[in-house]
Amino acid sequence: MITGLSKLGLALFTICAFFTCLQIGFSQDEVTEREYVYAEDNQQCLKCHGHKTYYFYNEGVGHEVKERMNPYFVIDSAEFYQSNHWNFSCTDCHSMDYRNFPHAGELRMEVKAVCMDCHGGDDTYAKYHFEGVDEEFIKSVHSTKHSEDFTCWMCHNPHSYKINARNNTNVKQTIIYDNNICLSCHADINKYQLISDKINPNVLVKHEWLPNQALHFANVRCIECHAERNDSILVSHNIQTKDKAVKQCVECHSQNSLLMASLYRFQVKESRNKLGFFNASVLSESYIIGANRNYYLNVISIVIFGLVFAGVLFHGILRILKK
Amino acid sequence: MAEKIYFYPVWVRIWHWINALMFLFLIGTGLSMQYSSVDYPLVRFDLAVTIHNFAGIAVTVCYFIFVIGNLFTANGKFYRLKIGEIADQLKKQFYYYTFGIFKHEPAPFPLSENRKFNPLQKVSYIFAMYAFVPLMIISGFGLLFPEVIVSKVFGIGGIHLTDLIHIISGFILSVFMIIHIYFCTIGKTALSNFKSMFTGWH
Repeated sequence: MITGLSKLGLALFTICAFFTCLQIGFSQDEVTEREYVYAEDNQQCLKCHGHKTYYFYNEGVGHEVKERMNPYFVIDSAEFYQSNHWNFSCTDCHSMDYRNFPHAGELRMEVKAVCMDCHGGDDTYAKYHFEGVDEEFIKSVHSTKHSEDFTCWMCHNPHSYKINARNNTNVKQTIIYDNNICLSCHADINKYQLISDKINPNVLVKHEWLPNQALHFANVRCIECHAERNDSILVSHNIQTKDKAVKQCVECHSQNSLLMASLYRFQVKESRNKLGFFNASVLSESYIIGANRNYYLNVISIVIFGLVFAGVLFHGILRILKK
Repeated sequence: MAEKIYFYPVWVRIWHWINALMFLFLIGTGLSMQYSSVDYPLVRFDLAVTIHNFAGIAVTVCYFIFVIGNLFTANGKFYRLKIGEIADQLKKQFYYYTFGIFKHEPAPFPLSENRKFNPLQKVSYIFAMYAFVPLMIISGFGLLFPEVIVSKVFGIGGIHLTDLIHIISGFILSVFMIIHIYFCTIGKTALSNFKSMFTGWH
């Protein structure tokens, strides 16, 4: 019999392994028609700044030379034309004098525009609550510790930034995109030291206390725990000091998971509690113990437990009475 | 006075009580995680996870001891079924528990050196130990090392499916445990079977 059971066990294990090995992925590509009216104009800049090297005629030596482009000034044209600012001319933000080459030295002192210069006080963008975002940012540790050195551009590269959380149906992609924003400084000492003389703390070491660290990093954004929630703006921008970060597991791992007000806030309205699962919008991408309990399974389990206890009690009482 | 039978060798008793204790920890912490709440925490979530992991590993070690013990000692013979006879035996034992016991009829399958379990016990123990416990252990290790679980199985999240299997098998084993404890009170006295599992003698 043991041999038979062992075979049954092996068969069950094989079936489980088979299903575990199956993976079905879905991808959705959004195709949008865009008319790039400034493409030709911008190409004047991108023919040099779109590459790691560029050519120019050097009058001193009397022929064309090839030079390396400063890597911080290389613009990925593919990223730029997919970004929020895809319909911009370079000179909408940069001086018209950049049209001349060699660029004048004083252009290095150019005061760069920041988000609020265009987005602030404009009814066109009212629904994005830029003023609210700015207020939150000013309260954040990024602003209070670094003053004006820390601008929107530290996180949101104007040449590549695109709104993500509310448009992207793939939450995993949103997580990677948003976490990469944080890691662009917190995992890169060169950028980190643009606004700090300190050595950036090792993110992995600092989060050693976190169980299943890799799983958490892949399934939640840094801001879920490190930003104060604010329902009046789309994405929290008030990054808190580490002592105020969420550390109680149960704040996410519960029926009233805070993730529903942050990471899943754009999905939550569309698929609340489908098939009886609480916080069901999480289920298409992830699973959170404690937050994704199932209403029907809960009821069934309570009923079965109740019946078992009642049966045992009834049987026991009858045994005593018939003794 | 009927002759006593040495039913439970030392390794079975040690296995049984460690297993029982760890199961209680697993049920308590499992329920606490499943119904976790900011306002009414039963066990703090991270503590519940640590205890649950520790108890789960202990139960796994116990399970291997159980399987190896049953493979290489005489205890294994009590878990062997004769398929052709079992349906009739189950009917008789079920009748005894539902009617016969109250009429003080003799047990249809009295325990002896060759019969440690009645048919209902045998079937339920086999299902518990050779189906649901392995299922719970495999799914539990999947949740302990979630990186080994694939992200989707037929469109359903791999971790979600694994957790459902884990919770359902854990629930079935919890129900088994309640019934098991109750049926252990059906002995010469309400506590005699419990004493047997300490002394080894039935």
